[in-house]
Amino acid sequence: MTTSFLIGNGSGFSGDRIDAPIPVVKTLVADGRPSAIFFEVLGERTVALAQLERTASNDSGYEPMLEPLLEPILKDCFENGIKIIGNFGGANPMGAARCISRLARKLKLTGLRIGVVTGDDIRERISLDDLEVYEADEGIDVHDGTLVSANAYLDAQPLVEALAKGADVVVCGRTGDPSLALAPLIHHFGWSADDWDLLAAGATAGHLLECGSQVCGGVFFEPGYKEIPCPENIGFPIAEIGADGAVIIGKAADTGGLVDARTIKEQLLYEIHDPAQYITPDVTVDLSGVTLQQLSEDRVQILGVSGTARPEKLKVTACFGGSYLGEGEVSVAGPNALARARATRQVLHDRLKFRGLDVTARCDLIGISSAHDSDAGVLSLEDYGPGPSDIRIRLAAAGSNRSHVEQSAREVLALLCCGTAGTGGARWRVTRRVVTRSYLAERAAIQTQSQCFASEDLL
Amino acid sequence: MTFEDPIIRVPLHEVAHGRAGDKGNRLNISVIPYKEVAFAPIAEQLTAERVHDIFRYRGTTRVQRYDLPKLASFNFVIDNVLEGGVNSSLNLDGHGKTLSFRLLAVEVEVPESALHSASPYRRGVQ
Repeated sequence: MTTSFLIGNGSGFSGDRIDAPIPVVKTLVADGRPSAIFFEVLGERTVALAQLERTASNDSGYEPMLEPLLEPILKDCFENGIKIIGNFGGANPMGAARCISRLARKLKLTGLRIGVVTGDDIRERISLDDLEVYEADEGIDVHDGTLVSANAYLDAQPLVEALAKGADVVVCGRTGDPSLALAPLIHHFGWSADDWDLLAAGATAGHLLECGSQVCGGVFFEPGYKEIPCPENIGFPIAEIGADGAVIIGKAADTGGLVDARTIKEQLLYEIHDPAQYITPDVTVDLSGVTLQQLSEDRVQILGVSGTARPEKLKVTACFGGSYLGEGEVSVAGPNALARARATRQVLHDRLKFRGLDVTARCDLIGISSAHDSDAGVLSLEDYGPGPSDIRIRLAAAGSNRSHVEQSAREVLALLCCGTAGTGGARWRVTRRVVTRSYLAERAAIQTQSQCFASEDLL
Repeated sequence: MTFEDPIIRVPLHEVAHGRAGDKGNRLNISVIPYKEVAFAPIAEQLTAERVHDIFRYRGTTRVQRYDLPKLASFNFVIDNVLEGGVNSSLNLDGHGKTLSFRLLAVEVEVPESALHSASPYRRGVQ
């Protein structure tokens, strides 16, 4: 009987808890079964932000927290045969590989092999004008934005190739999130590239794990209604996968959080559209027949996943630069705060108009309405009675004219002297914006490379 | 309706939980009843049209509902609710992650036994 394979997740986004991988690796080592850990750190626009950074320096453009993420676990993983897979390559997978190589030297590891997958960056080879726009993004206006990045979501196969070449760590850029978890499963079990049910089971495990703590109580817990133990130390997930595609979701030992039907359901449907057709680069997954069985504390089996053929085209996400976002905030508090906040907002709108600044803007009354409101501020007009006594006014202004955007944000600063009575606590900033739009591209147009280097050769 | 288990009008939050996720300018919100008894009344009352009405103020153009009876759950897919998506939005929450709780604020009529055990709307059913 073939033993099962364990796959853990070490981070669900760039910015996740930096100490999360440590208990995951500790659990994998103690368990002793063959295993891997994967890191998902690339959001929709992260590659573009990395690309902008890379234009400034060749040793950047990859996950900035790569070294602190891997330093506590690289030795244990290497010595125990735990494969590490991550899209921390961002816009510069070779740069990330060199960073890992330097870390290996620092940790005195010899013989580490680093796999590098490239080919997701299609800017040089494919014109976006020839591609079909992804249906959900048809309404997105990229204006005259300059193209910053265009990356295809690669499937698991190039990662599998790198593993087959003996890589202990595999670095890639844009890859389908579930593919990061699927690759070591295909490599370990030898699943064929058209065994759709097995691939669907692996991709579902990857989907449940790719956001780290979110399947173990992260963005789940709510006082009274959905309590979890130790939210300050939520364990990151570990899946046990059988050669026959059996999937059990659990989490790192001696940690907080929990895994039960509620946490699984929330994450199973996270970022899913039609559950009967969850499209990944490797397989189209049917989640509509899924049932769950709690096997023991923090262990849930996922049953009833099936798969059909992978999509013919791959998704490409392109990012366009050339615009800026200015933000400014001030506070009012105490008696009559709501009236003063509303007056402040009116003054800001009038000032932008009065000065003829070419921006689109909105103004939030934080404490009254912000996150749920529309740009027009519909919810802020509802009757709040006297309202809360502490309100922060936030102006957001965007446009392609950097000076106009900055002047808009500075209008908030000017309220320290020109504003309503008792205005204080001004902050303002201007950031570059990246607008994303997705497309669909033929697989044949995307050529990938899987290399494997001896760590010492990258120094 | 029975004498022991009266129908009451409560925020959806008292009988279900959910999570929002985004892809571009498209948002999905799951609605997951705590107890299966809430599935049928939610299926009847929380139509795609009603959810469209809830998010119309943000420019939503289409809402689709997918039912998962085996998980006693629903998935709502809401188009163009993010006013441009995370990268174009002026909203502090460009991802729309907080919007699950906008949906959970909508009122539904359910048997009292469907309430979460911590709900302050509970009056005495087991």
